[in-house]
Amino acid sequence: MRIPCLFLLIVVSATGLQADDSALDSNLKKIRNVSAKGAGHREAIAAWAQVIAVRADQLPQVLAGMDGAEALATNWIRGLVDAIAEREIQAGGKLPVQELEQFIAARQHHPRARRTAYEWLTRVDPSTPKRLLPGMLNDPSLELRRDAVAYLLYSLKPGAGKDVSAKESAEIYRQALTAARDIDQIKLITKELKEQGEAVDLPQHYGFLQRWKLAAWFDNADQKGFDVAYPPERGVDLKATYKGQEGKVSWVDHVAKDEYGIVELNAAIGKKKGAIAYAYAVFVSDRAQEVDLRIGCINAYKVWVNGELLLSREVYHAGMEIDQYIAKTRLRAGENTILVKVCQNEQEESWAQRWQFQLRICDLSGQAILSQDRPAAKTAHLRR
Amino acid sequence: MIKKLTLIAVAGGVMLFAGADWLQFRGTSATSVSEEARPPLRWSESENVAWKAALPGRGPSSPIVIGDRVVVTCSSGIKQDRMHVLCFDVQSGKRLWERQFWATGRTLSHPTSANAAPTPASDGSRIFAFYASNDMVCLDLEGNLLWYRGFAHDYPKAGNDVGMASSPVVVDDTVIVQIENQGDSFAAGVNVDTGETRWRIARPARANWCSPVAVPAEHAVLLQSPDGLSAHEARTGEEIWRYPSECAGIASSVVLDGKIYLPSDGVTVLTLPKNSSGPEVLWNSNRLRPSSSSPVVYRGKVYTLNGAILVCADEKTGDTEWQLRLKGRFWATPVAVDDHLFCVNQDGQASVVKLGEKGKVVGESEFGAGVQGSPALAAGALFVRTDGHLWKIAATPK
Repeated sequence: MRIPCLFLLIVVSATGLQADDSALDSNLKKIRNVSAKGAGHREAIAAWAQVIAVRADQLPQVLAGMDGAEALATNWIRGLVDAIAEREIQAGGKLPVQELEQFIAARQHHPRARRTAYEWLTRVDPSTPKRLLPGMLNDPSLELRRDAVAYLLYSLKPGAGKDVSAKESAEIYRQALTAARDIDQIKLITKELKEQGEAVDLPQHYGFLQRWKLAAWFDNADQKGFDVAYPPERGVDLKATYKGQEGKVSWVDHVAKDEYGIVELNAAIGKKKGAIAYAYAVFVSDRAQEVDLRIGCINAYKVWVNGELLLSREVYHAGMEIDQYIAKTRLRAGENTILVKVCQNEQEESWAQRWQFQLRICDLSGQAILSQDRPAAKTAHLRR
Repeated sequence: MIKKLTLIAVAGGVMLFAGADWLQFRGTSATSVSEEARPPLRWSESENVAWKAALPGRGPSSPIVIGDRVVVTCSSGIKQDRMHVLCFDVQSGKRLWERQFWATGRTLSHPTSANAAPTPASDGSRIFAFYASNDMVCLDLEGNLLWYRGFAHDYPKAGNDVGMASSPVVVDDTVIVQIENQGDSFAAGVNVDTGETRWRIARPARANWCSPVAVPAEHAVLLQSPDGLSAHEARTGEEIWRYPSECAGIASSVVLDGKIYLPSDGVTVLTLPKNSSGPEVLWNSNRLRPSSSSPVVYRGKVYTLNGAILVCADEKTGDTEWQLRLKGRFWATPVAVDDHLFCVNQDGQASVVKLGEKGKVVGESEFGAGVQGSPALAAGALFVRTDGHLWKIAATPK
């Protein structure tokens, strides 16, 4: 293992070696082929030791090696890019700044590759953010988009040199809110808008489902109910009455009024330990489409979409966050059913009393997709 | 680097003694002890800070020292999903290189923790940087990637949204990780050359933050879980023996001179078995109650931190000899050198305790920021990382 690396240290000049394009592509393909459980490692290790020798002016080609790569392989290639670029800079050489900027502009490249190029370009040319970020509010790279939102917000700060009216300020905050995907930025923008007297419908902005039918309680003593298929799992009949943990169970309406769409089961159906609740909703899609279903849940849970199990996690009281669990699913045109099973255990600690979840439908970038029957004003910013 | 290492064959095995190195969580021997020169007893911005380097992210992980290099991990970003490995020159504090990667596993954690919670490990020529997202980066000392694994990519339900923290160890060319949680719970041994899995064994499906403990002389690793301690062959994962007991889920064991100091019912001291017959209990003391910090065994005494109470007991009997109240609460395990114990609390306040018939605080200093990672001791210096900086504390000319 060590010999090839030591050899490279000796033969590679500060600016590296010009690698034949086809050989470089071939090696990058071997790296891109790494997959789970160490598969493809031996070939990738050998290929990596070859690619590391390339000249810095071939960085765009190396970055393009991320195109189509899975998450593991992007890290192998990120390691290459960082090593090549750093070697060049430490040796007093130059990075191909024009080519890197062109690479960043080409949005078909992998978001991580473009982000990596942006970071190195910024390092050698500190004017890069000022030049590029204003055009990145809707960038497919969520990291670039985040920086673009931050840059826009910075422009509104006193002393930033931008003198805007209250109306213009509100419009800029609206623009930032539409682009923002991270909760810290959304909270900051919402606060500013509210202080300016602007209304912000956060559940709609996120696309949290708020109208649910709830059925509880079913038995989860000793956490044995997680894999028990209670009647709702065999088909939801909203008029049915079931035999529950303590008597008859029927479906009741619930509207989650929390800003972040949290369904508080303790409040909605009563506090109960060692119990299971089901939540059911109908989502109306205007067309067949692939979407993200994103759920945050502090309890063990399962989610079915149109009767098919989509997510399942038997973890109790280990944290909850917006978009904690994400799964892609395909909606059909018209009505789609969503069933959530939320299991509470019998832990007695004060931090183990929460029984709640939040669920939203959005696109790959996190932008809300709203049910067609949602009783809310359609905005210019959100898709239904 | 290799010149600094002395390889001594022991009973058919190879034991690695490192001169100035501090190669993993709690040091090369995982005892939190250095036999080198003592760092200064107190420091400030103007005194005894050899250097202070800015870090690009957060992390409860500890720095490690490999020859003339100190390596530290960080994580950054709103989701803590950007992972950094940084290497600094021990003497000057100059940043030699930095590498960045994206987490492939879950990065959610308690706000006080971060993705860079586990301490990296090294075999002297490679760095194994591990993260709470169960990503492992293997680099050489120049920062060249040797391989990359995403254990949560392989097993998507592996993770703990409070934040994982178990640190890896290296034994017999195998890097061993303990990924215990309510989902896909397992321990695994990975080939250091290729990153391929040598073995993987199921572990209890419960949250656990303990780190494995290498026993190089026995070619073994100890795995501590809330339901017991077990020994496994480093190369195969095969269980050698098991000691069922209700064990701590954060404080890790210490192995020294044929004994195991196990955080269980306070501290339980076991013999280190030479075969599958299992350990014997030598003594137990529930007056020694390590909370988040691991025990320290040093020059015939056992030290534990229960909250702010430092307790000293006789290593042979477990009899308590003295207690000393320190300031604050502790995540970091203290480190011992030259009859002094360096304790850094979660608020970044350091207390240096002179050890003897009684413990006495002989130096107090502040880092001005929270500290969760245990310090590293190497070359007469103390290396401490906060969320913002890596500090080298060493005597500086006046």
